Amino acid sequence: MTTATGYAPNRTLPLRVEFVRQFKRRRTLAMFGLLLALPWVLVIAFQIGPQRGQEQSLRISDLATQSGLNFAAFALSVSASFLLVVAVALFCGDTVASEANWSSLRYLLAAPVPRDRLLRQKLIVALAYSASAVICLPLMALLAGTLAFGWDDIQVPVTGEVIPALDVLPRFGIVIGYALVSQLVVAALAFLISTMTDSPLGAVGGAVGLWIVCTILQAVEALGVLREFLPTFWNNAWLDALQPELDWSGMTKGASVSITYAAILIAVAFRRFRHKDVVS
Amino acid sequence: MKRVAALVVALALIGVTTWLVWPSAPDVRGQDQKITVVDGPAGDQRVELDTTFFPPPGGGKAPVVLLAHGFGGSKQSMRDQAVRLAQEGYAVLTWSARGFGRSTGQIALNSPDYEVKDVQQLIDWLAKRPEVQLDAAGDPRVGIAGGSYGGAIALMTAAFDQRVDAIVPQITWSDLADALFPNAAATAPSAGQSSAAEEGDAAPSGGGAEQAGGVFKRMWAGIFFGQGVSLDATSLLGPRDAAGPLTPEQARCGRFLPEICDVYQKVAETGTATPEAVALLRRSSPVTVADRIKAPTLLLQGQRDSLFPLSHADANANAIAAAGTPVSMGWFDGGHDGGNGEADWLFEQSSAWFARYLKGEGSGAPPVSAFTVTRDGGRDPGTRQRILLHPETGSYPGLGGTDTTTVELQGPEQNIVNPPGGSPASISTVPGIGGLLGGQAGGVSIDMPGQSAAFESVPLTTPLQLTGSPSATIRVSGQGTATLFAKLYDVADSSQLPVLPAGLVAPLRVTIPEGAGSVTATVQLPAVDHRFAVGHRMRLVVTTTDMGFATPAQPATYQVSLASPVLAVPTVRTLAAAPTGVAWWVWAMPLASVVVATVLLAVGRRRRPARGASPLEGNLATSPNGATVTAASASADGGPDVPLEIRGLTKAYRNGERAVDGLSFRVEQGQVLGLLGPNGAGKTTTMRMMMGLIQPDEGEIRIFGERVTPGAPVLSRLGSFVEGPGFLPHLSGRDNIDLYWAATGRPTADAHFDEALEIAGLGKALDRAVRTYSQGMRQRLAIAQAMLGLPDLLVLDEPTNGLDPPQIREMREVLKRYARDGRTVIVSSHMLAEVEQTCSHVVVMQRGRLVSTGPVSQLLSSAAVANGHGPRLEDVFLDLIGDKR
Repeated sequence: MTTATGYAPNRTLPLRVEFVRQFKRRRTLAMFGLLLALPWVLVIAFQIGPQRGQEQSLRISDLATQSGLNFAAFALSVSASFLLVVAVALFCGDTVASEANWSSLRYLLAAPVPRDRLLRQKLIVALAYSASAVICLPLMALLAGTLAFGWDDIQVPVTGEVIPALDVLPRFGIVIGYALVSQLVVAALAFLISTMTDSPLGAVGGAVGLWIVCTILQAVEALGVLREFLPTFWNNAWLDALQPELDWSGMTKGASVSITYAAILIAVAFRRFRHKDVVS
Repeated sequence: MKRVAALVVALALIGVTTWLVWPSAPDVRGQDQKITVVDGPAGDQRVELDTTFFPPPGGGKAPVVLLAHGFGGSKQSMRDQAVRLAQEGYAVLTWSARGFGRSTGQIALNSPDYEVKDVQQLIDWLAKRPEVQLDAAGDPRVGIAGGSYGGAIALMTAAFDQRVDAIVPQITWSDLADALFPNAAATAPSAGQSSAAEEGDAAPSGGGAEQAGGVFKRMWAGIFFGQGVSLDATSLLGPRDAAGPLTPEQARCGRFLPEICDVYQKVAETGTATPEAVALLRRSSPVTVADRIKAPTLLLQGQRDSLFPLSHADANANAIAAAGTPVSMGWFDGGHDGGNGEADWLFEQSSAWFARYLKGEGSGAPPVSAFTVTRDGGRDPGTRQRILLHPETGSYPGLGGTDTTTVELQGPEQNIVNPPGGSPASISTVPGIGGLLGGQAGGVSIDMPGQSAAFESVPLTTPLQLTGSPSATIRVSGQGTATLFAKLYDVADSSQLPVLPAGLVAPLRVTIPEGAGSVTATVQLPAVDHRFAVGHRMRLVVTTTDMGFATPAQPATYQVSLASPVLAVPTVRTLAAAPTGVAWWVWAMPLASVVVATVLLAVGRRRRPARGASPLEGNLATSPNGATVTAASASADGGPDVPLEIRGLTKAYRNGERAVDGLSFRVEQGQVLGLLGPNGAGKTTTMRMMMGLIQPDEGEIRIFGERVTPGAPVLSRLGSFVEGPGFLPHLSGRDNIDLYWAATGRPTADAHFDEALEIAGLGKALDRAVRTYSQGMRQRLAIAQAMLGLPDLLVLDEPTNGLDPPQIREMREVLKRYARDGRTVIVSSHMLAEVEQTCSHVVVMQRGRLVSTGPVSQLLSSAAVANGHGPRLEDVFLDLIGDKR
């Protein structure tokens, strides 16, 4: 085995390097800026919007101003179905395709960074960025909501029961955890497309597009039980974590479906990329 | 793309084949049959019953299920259900009861003298069928299911015929007298007695009709007896079976037995139960004979049923269970007032019950719990559609629940009046059309002002799940016999209408003893399953009128107060959602996917094993720049000292055209090799293969004796610049270089940044973002990047593109100097003069093939001297590629 001095395949492309390479990108910063600003925009919207009377409604949007926790739940509910999907698709779909687009991919591969390792490191970093995106939104919403509406107990949508704030914090952790797991399939899909194309926007758009197709299919009731296996079907299952009776069934099913798709999609991504002719 | 298309086609083929081959449900054919039976008290009336027999589609002998239709229906109403049940492996018989459909005879309200005898003879008939499994000669394995009128015949037949092995009566009555003349009050004269005395006073249920007679359920009774109105919605859709103009007798009584018709007309006129009427209705009531039922019974009763409320199923269950017969109870979302109906769930439960008691324990049917209640399960996490939950418990606790929560009611004594003529009347449920309204919240409930007294609790601090029949004790002051209606509202707040759970009211008739002035009555409120949410109030309302009932026409005034401030609310603690367990796929699917993923990765590990790349133990040599070299296989060809050796290299495009075709050449240490060829000669493809970016179809490339594969470690000794620069545009030139080196994972000290950056010559621009660079600047930075770490083999593709003449000249010197130190440089270029001056050796390619190779000097000397001056590389080149112009 003949190598250059100091070269070891398992030391190539350290995570720290990949983090720095991605962090200084405008789209990274813009996406985080948007996610961190959104709760404040919502707060302002609630403050200047016409105040509803004392009419007591139990919809999640009407409960948003009850407390910081309610507000955070609301912020998550409005963003989980699309904004976070786009964020995750962006971080995971852009990562390889943009390198191909810049032609820097071939120099990394010739450095050489072994292909599996390149994908692994990029996947880890992309998932880390995605996770921080998913986490930072509800946390900022919690902060913004607490400052704006106070630290009160959470009022449960639909039934109107009140759960002490401290009791609901772990539940909130479950919500965020589930949101992370359910976005795994978006991440994997975007990542797979990213390894197949030179166009970063193609990868992001492809993942979001397939996501939308799934959401549409989900509305076809005729599909019956088959819909349960659509990756989008259990997207809102985290709402169960905010019910007085914590119900895991929806979330376990959602996690199961998500992990299943993610594992296969990522395996296909590695398999394809391993022998792919890099011509970009 | 072809592979994807092939995959799609394959999947489509598999799908279509599966669809075609998939076993469809067995074909069920019904055999229409007229069966003549003889019945009547004396057993002398011949009646022809219109039946359809569905043999088990699988052939052989099977248990048989009789499906009885509801009031106003016929055998046609049961057809779909019969087919479905037959597909589960039963023989099924449907029939139009006497007086219905095309059967002859008159309606006798499931009388033991008539309908029961009919069904017994149907069982006799079934016992002779070859398709029917027998327990003994003349005793088939038989179950009966049906709703409403059909449910009652199931109970009645099971009581009179011990051959029946299992029954599933649905939304039916236990006591027809009590159903039509209910009284929910148990009274005790209470001239100023303390309410505490009555606390232990249990309310007898179903006793009302015997005492003074309950309150006549006018509208339901009218619908029940009026032949024009059907309880079975499906019969309204199909063509009417009745033919011919009606005779006066038919017009008066329809197809009812005249004696029943007479009794009804009398009762309906007065609104009070006569002893004859009670006796007649009792004869058709399972409660009188339920203790004889030995067939395991699954009672399915609708929660939204003001005709036969849950208390009827409760009475049946208690009577049957008292005889030691297995009984299960289900309260589903449906009934005569509408609701969901839950047809599928009812079918599943019935099917499971029959599987257990007709097919036997080993049939693998899911167990049916002793008590199941359908509840609103909120929204499905996936669809956000409303879903129904079926919590269940192992024993049926009755209407009293397992526990009792007491809720304190408040309210002063209130005056209420009975309006003259009983109109306007309060509205709770409008019989007969409840199913059409179909509201979830229980439709409209209106209490007329001045007619109702209300007693309310404080807002609840915890949710309260009421399951059963709550009770309250009220005191009624006034004179005579008071007809009152008690109902329990769920009051959310002032902005929402109060909800009357299931739209049910408890009618009561209390007689105030002469001179006592008041009477205390314990009221059993309607049995419901309802969740009172936090912050809601419970409101007990007592009214004098209700549209569905006959009320006195005389005006009257009563004072109603709470005899005891306590509302006893039964709850069933043990009711829990069925432990559905985790669906098998929840854990199986991720596991399977991980296995599939592992296989995908393992199978695709290597397309071709690398030959001769195995590292052998050998003497360590040190390369010129200090790189450690482990001697690989010391074969004569391509040893560790040979920077590059290419043998038989072939790469074809997708369309089969060969970009590189059998290319072989060798580069020795210290050479500056010029790779020449016209556009499309395969130079760049070859270089990409050197970098491990493209895999050759045939042949191999060895760098320092190591075969090049994607990411082969030996590539660390290769510096490359191929087909333009590749930088992260948002980073500065310096960051790009730093991060690139960091990505190689090699020590910073080995990078020789200064030397490389000097070649780039970017000066201050190095700290600007690369996106601001000109083409030439990027070019120089990329060459600098290729030289990072001073690789032993440097591959440059068109390095002088975008450089100005001084820079070209400088680059020439750099490359020469670079090779002089014992390193090797491969340059591809179009600028032949440049190559001539820079390179020691050349390789000329055309159409992917090697045309010539050797030292530049040798190449030049071999060429013919043309037009006076010495040979130029350009001429030689053009000559070689055969393009002389």
